[in-house]
Amino acid sequence: MKPRVAVFSFTSCEGCSLAILECENELLDVINLVDFVRWREAMTETSDEIDIAFVDGSISTHEDVRKLREIREMSKMLIALGACAHDTCITGIKNRFGMSQVKEIVYGPDGAQFDTIPARPLKAVVPVDFELPGCPIDRGEFLRCVRDLVLGKKPKLPNYPVCVECKRKGNVCVFFKGMKCMGPVARAGCGALCPSFGDYCEACRGFVDNPNEESHKETLAEHGLTPQEVMNFFTLFNAYDESQI
Amino acid sequence: MNTGKIEVHEVTRVEGHGNIVLNVKEGKIEELRLEITESPRFFEAMLIGRKWYEATHLTCRICGICSIGHSSASINALENGLGIVPSEQTMKLRHVIHAGETLQSHLLHVYFLAAPDLLGVPSVFPLVETHADVVKRALRLKRLANDICCDIVGRHIHACSFRVKAFPKLPSKETLASLRDRLVAALPDLQATVELIASLKLPDFERETEYLALYHPDEYAMYTGQVIRSTRGTETPLYDYKHKIQEYVVPHSHAKHAESEFGAYMVGALARFNNNYEQLRPEAKEAAETMGLKPICYNPFMNNVAQIVECVHCALVAVDELNDLLDMDLQEEDLTVPVKACRCVGASEVPRGTLYHEYNLDSEGFITSANLIIPTAQNLNNLEHDMHGLVPQILDQEPDNIRQALEMLVRAYDPCISCATHLLEVKFV
Repeated sequence: MKPRVAVFSFTSCEGCSLAILECENELLDVINLVDFVRWREAMTETSDEIDIAFVDGSISTHEDVRKLREIREMSKMLIALGACAHDTCITGIKNRFGMSQVKEIVYGPDGAQFDTIPARPLKAVVPVDFELPGCPIDRGEFLRCVRDLVLGKKPKLPNYPVCVECKRKGNVCVFFKGMKCMGPVARAGCGALCPSFGDYCEACRGFVDNPNEESHKETLAEHGLTPQEVMNFFTLFNAYDESQI
Repeated sequence: MNTGKIEVHEVTRVEGHGNIVLNVKEGKIEELRLEITESPRFFEAMLIGRKWYEATHLTCRICGICSIGHSSASINALENGLGIVPSEQTMKLRHVIHAGETLQSHLLHVYFLAAPDLLGVPSVFPLVETHADVVKRALRLKRLANDICCDIVGRHIHACSFRVKAFPKLPSKETLASLRDRLVAALPDLQATVELIASLKLPDFERETEYLALYHPDEYAMYTGQVIRSTRGTETPLYDYKHKIQEYVVPHSHAKHAESEFGAYMVGALARFNNNYEQLRPEAKEAAETMGLKPICYNPFMNNVAQIVECVHCALVAVDELNDLLDMDLQEEDLTVPVKACRCVGASEVPRGTLYHEYNLDSEGFITSANLIIPTAQNLNNLEHDMHGLVPQILDQEPDNIRQALEMLVRAYDPCISCATHLLEVKFV
């Protein structure tokens, strides 16, 4: 029996779910290995019997919490699909304002009645079996994950910085081009995609385990960023701070 | 159905979360609406205090499908405000990636989201067995469309190196030639798509309404245009967009609705076709004729057809731009951007319609406020008017048929609900 796979989206741009459909060269092979049984964006068919649930989006409302718990109940395995599900991605920027302030900015005094809670990753609400980081997910990483799960293997993520992948590719470090970059603290696995296209890394995959944040903040400051700009670099894709929830 | 309720919880095969509610009593419509239930993410708040150079990468994350569209509108706004005129090579590269996104989005929508209804299946997955060639063709075309973006800016979903002023790294001539060759080789696949759509029966429904689209003097406006054109004959300069378009809150929706001085209006492929038909390539006009579409068309279901017309047009535009780029001496460009306090207003015709980005910058380039008007949010008002026009015509049918027709109408608009919900401003009166 092929594993029964579902795809769900919470507070997100749905880009990570879409990235699955953008594995055009491999999609027919994937369908040979697994059965998609529930995927609102792509299918009308549905099911409550799920072996593997891929879930994108962060949890930002009470309704999100309730639905995620239901999904956890009906799924043997739950995989966080992409940065929003992994560490809230940009949806965590809202948290830095505080809920009453952000509702005031957008809604004015009537904001109080809207249901929004500080954005949190899936693992803050339910146990998660594996996480695929990145904004969006890396297609190769997703396909390897599916292959590993079907083979009964535990998928793995690299735990070294993007700089390693940049150097492997022979890229000229973008600091030498006058840019500032988060490569030294960002988790690799994307092939240093942004620097390979001439732009700088924004750490959309989150940080490596035990990143040397203080050292990198000094580096950015030495290269001309003001304290506010350094904070912006560190809180674009990595705003989530569980101690503040 | 004389008396009864139809509720579609989370319409499938659309981007984002929305519900259809229909309540009929003694043949009279008591309730009919599309509820937008997508969680708001507060982009307007997120942008405050960010630097100008973060705007593009932040706002492109409003949506996975039209990410390049958001980048385009964002870059256009910043360049308009900061007074930056990009080089010819930059503009040509932008036209190519914009065409790539248009192709990717329209083909995804027609083949994966809308066509299943027309072929009597619940999704594309059963078609893998019954219409294997059609599915392979769809995947082939979509892969090419994505590669156009991947080869030039790293990714289609959230481009890495699509930014203000210039591209930080130029694609090689080999890369550009390869894309050009693949596009030319794909033209028969596009023709097969035209023939497939021509063979399918779309619902026959019309309701007169206004259509808005950007206008550009030299081309069928897609990447940008600095004038807003209307089928009612008005033309509005881009910076005056708020004089033409008013947004307002609707209680049952997390997304605002919009209206012009004439009321509800539609944007998107059909709106662009209706406004700027004359500027389409002859081959695109031929495709339209083959599929039974001519301006001005008031049938929203024909938006699907207009999307295929645009696929033909955009593929040919991309081929021409790539040929030009191959003949040019491409130069690395300086990326320095002088920053000043300014009001930045920009727009782009993204797959689903006209997208507006506005930011206000202070003298250090920090964003102090933002306003974003999304194509789908503009369409929601018109969509509900269409629902009110359609339901009386089909009320005598079985509830399942009515439900199917309403879902197909919503899908015809190709709504991008995550986009439409990005921001919400409420005034209770």
